[in-house]
Amino acid sequence: MAGDIYRKPVSFALMAAVTVLVGSIVTMAYPMFRAEMHEKLEKLRAFTPLELAGRDVYQREGCMGCHTQTVRPLRSEVLRYGDYSKAGEFYFDRPFLWGSKRTGPDLAREGGKRPDAWHARHYADPQAVTPRSNMPRYAFLAQARLDPSEARAHYRVLASLSPKGQWTATDADFAALSQKTEMDALIAYTQWLGHAVQRRQAAGGVDLALANPLGDSPRAVARGAKVFEENCAVCHGAEGHGETQIAPNLMDDTFLGVKGDMPDGAYFALVTGGSDAKAALGRPGLPDGGMTAFGGQLSNDDIWAVISWIRAQQAHERKEAPALEQTEHLPGGKH
Amino acid sequence: MNEYRYDNQTVQGFILSAIFWGVVGIVIGLLISIQLWAPAANLAPWLTYGRLRPVHTNGLAFGLGVGAIFGLFYYIVMRLCRRPLVFPRLARLHLWLFNAIIAAAAVSLLAGKTQSLEYAELEWPLDVAIVVIWVMFAVNVFATVIKRKEEQMYVSLWYVLATVVAVAILYVVNNASVPAGLWKSYHAYAGVNSANVQWWYGHNAVGFIFTTPILAMFYYFLPKTTGLPIYSHRLSIVSFWSLIFAYLWTGAHHLVYTPLPDWIQTLAIVFTLFLIAPSWGSVVNGYYTVGADWSKMRTNYLTKFFVLGITFYGLQTVQGPTQALRVVSQLIHFTDWVPGHVHMGTMGWVTMTICASIYYVIPRIHGTEIYSEKIANAHFWLVLVGQLLFSITMWITGIQQGALWKVQNADGSLKYSFMDGLVKNYPYWHTRTLAGIVFAVGMLLFVYNVLKTIQKGKALQASPPSPAPAAA
Ligand code: HEC
Ligand code: HEC
Ligand code: HEM
Ligand code: HEM
Repeated sequence: MAGDIYRKPVSFALMAAVTVLVGSIVTMAYPMFRAEMHEKLEKLRAFTPLELAGRDVYQREGCMGCHTQTVRPLRSEVLRYGDYSKAGEFYFDRPFLWGSKRTGPDLAREGGKRPDAWHARHYADPQAVTPRSNMPRYAFLAQARLDPSEARAHYRVLASLSPKGQWTATDADFAALSQKTEMDALIAYTQWLGHAVQRRQAAGGVDLALANPLGDSPRAVARGAKVFEENCAVCHGAEGHGETQIAPNLMDDTFLGVKGDMPDGAYFALVTGGSDAKAALGRPGLPDGGMTAFGGQLSNDDIWAVISWIRAQQAHERKEAPALEQTEHLPGGKH
Repeated sequence: MNEYRYDNQTVQGFILSAIFWGVVGIVIGLLISIQLWAPAANLAPWLTYGRLRPVHTNGLAFGLGVGAIFGLFYYIVMRLCRRPLVFPRLARLHLWLFNAIIAAAAVSLLAGKTQSLEYAELEWPLDVAIVVIWVMFAVNVFATVIKRKEEQMYVSLWYVLATVVAVAILYVVNNASVPAGLWKSYHAYAGVNSANVQWWYGHNAVGFIFTTPILAMFYYFLPKTTGLPIYSHRLSIVSFWSLIFAYLWTGAHHLVYTPLPDWIQTLAIVFTLFLIAPSWGSVVNGYYTVGADWSKMRTNYLTKFFVLGITFYGLQTVQGPTQALRVVSQLIHFTDWVPGHVHMGTMGWVTMTICASIYYVIPRIHGTEIYSEKIANAHFWLVLVGQLLFSITMWITGIQQGALWKVQNADGSLKYSFMDGLVKNYPYWHTRTLAGIVFAVGMLLFVYNVLKTIQKGKALQASPPSPAPAAA
């Protein structure tokens, strides 16, 4: 009989079909009926119409050819990106957009990491923000207006695939899209990423009494200058004077929206934990946050060094300030 | 004058189409390889890296790969069944539709119409059309095999039939989606489930486009070119069934360390390790076949294509299972190591075997000899050097990248920023483009050689008929 099969093409094909179906059923079909394939995190919410339009742009532009959206449960990865990915975060993702190549960094935890204005600038011209980046420019997205009727059609289809009550957009939400561009949509989607997971905790909590172990040694200041240039200048500007809508001035006497500076321990907590550390510091700051958490990415020594540099720079500016004020009041001066 | 003439023209049509899409795909491969180190080469929104990458992969997997598979399968099926196709006009229509679909696919991908599923990017209208042409193909192949004039089905036919069956199942299941417009749809599966279905499909796209059909060619054309029979029939049987059985369990090795349930990952890894056995079954069979007379490596210019091809298949099928191990995956997953793996398979095994098969078929169709063996030899060495340079540079930079992502300082913080790792790729990415150029020059020689052979064949036909050698 066994030999016969090589003379009977139809039986042969059936046998081949059965052979390939065994593994398919066990590893692909059967799991579909298990709850572990359909989990949903408590905090996960469906896309708004704007975010969905942004996700459509993400798909269209093939961002997943360079970016992954899944943080593996490896120590180095959790340090770099944040908590590892959970099955329940992808409940609304049709299809999943995990990607398979990390030419650029993982984006699963990108939401809330940076201010909208930073993304707008970066998407329009990545090399202006990160000079040696190879990410293409997407300036054209800012010129393309969204089409509310198309967005509605897409939204409706996805909503029909989930249980009722999870997709809650109203007609007004769709109408509002006509004022928005694809760039706005992409940024909204970027900020949606990872919202359902607790972001990185301020490492070690806040200890305002902490003293800078490096002090104001010239070596620490020099090293801090380098750390600042590589990690902070993108948002805070080369001299730490801040950038409108992106990041505050580090040289003035306002700290997180309140007049009056705070001790080094507060700086350390904020740079380590990012905007999430604000609650513990008791200051409001910007409503949308946007200060990156550097704990784990930068060594403690680098963080102290950059604080040494900020302090040195602040002292320097205070010395120069009277002179500066005078020039600003000269006739014809900018103001 | 010859009952195969019309069908042979169809075969040649597929071969030339495959070559055309292959050239397009390779040119785009060169462009995206440049974009990775020169972002200014993203010339327009529809020519950005993100949109071009799938044009490269689809153009080569489906334009070059599937085009060659259709053409060469028709050829193999006719020879092994000792008869022309049952539906010659259907095959011709199949040829035209195939080209229309690939052209539409390229345009739609440039326009950003994509399902974002690797190797299943095309949107639903094209998916429907693709199902139609595979059905046309299947009808013709099955009809011809059923009405064959040779009792036994040879190994290559097993692989042909298994390919058709498996592709049908894989393609339909993974492309199930809910349309939200003419050129937009959302996957029928969500989240983790979507990932699991996609990589069950994705890995088997490799299995049933880049492996079984190429093995069908290998088992047919290697004995044909060398005149040596396949070493062991029993080995062929065992490797065939165990290969197609095991392949379908392994998709989740693409999802190691993702939120996919661990048991699916582990099961996939176990079967992945097992896969070495049936893969090497074919490798051993190939080596022992040529082993009966190694002088063929010198005396027949095509033998080395097949021997190197199966060698890279062998290396690929050892490297692949290694990559699936959790310790290795940790390091190389997401890095440039993977394109290194991919191109050893696609350039060294798939393209090498397809080109050799075409070198065999085109002269036979025209009853002539290859235009130039010298050029074929130059082609061989160029693609070999290009491919090795490509893969080796990517392996080095991939390991380096994976390692830099992991290095930690004494206080437990990361030592390198993402950009520190990225900029170290640049020299390797430059070299990769160079490797691509060497490979592309080799492929251009191949195209030239094939076109010249066809020209020679036509000239021969125009001149007074001499007794043509039998087409078998
Ligand atoms: C050619 C590969 C490539 C493509 C395509 C690409 N990116 Fe990037 N992307 C990068 C690289 C490299 C970086 C890191 C350097 C930088 O900041 O530009 C990056 C950085 C980013 C960042 C900042 C991440 C961080 O935490 O530092 C975001 C957000 C981002 N990309 C989103 C996108 C989106 C959205 C798209 C599609 C519209 C896209 N990228 C397309 C390569 C790419
Ligand atoms: C992605 C942009 C971004 C980067 C990169 C960044 N910051 Fe910030 N930073 C912010 C934003 C936004 C705030 C305001 C946070 C808030 O109010 O929640 C801020 C606030 C601060 C503050 C409080 C300042 C004040 O006066 O309110 C300090 C100090 C600070 N950053 C230091 C740093 C240092 C040091 C680095 C580099 C290691 C850095 N930042 C990198 C965006 C950034
Ligand atoms: C026993 C045989 C093989 C096994 C077990 C295997 C295994 C793997 C694994 C584990 C990956 C994922 C790597 C990662 O992302 O970490 C991979 C990727 C890949 N392999 Fe193989 N491989 C095999 C043979 C082949 C062959 C013969 C080809 C032919 C070209 C091939 C082509 C590919 C491609 C195209 C990818 C990339 C998929 C993607 O991410 O888009 N493989 N392989
Ligand atoms: C001149 C020759 C070629 C060049 C320069 C080239 C270049 C590239 C580049 C730059 C990528 C993207 C890698 C990345 O994501 O980092 C890629 C991916 C890919 N190429 Fe090529 N390629 C060439 C030939 C081929 C051939 C001949 C084939 C198939 C027959 C092929 C199949 C693929 C596939 C399947 C992928 C996707 C891999 C993945 O997802 O991991 N390429 N190629």
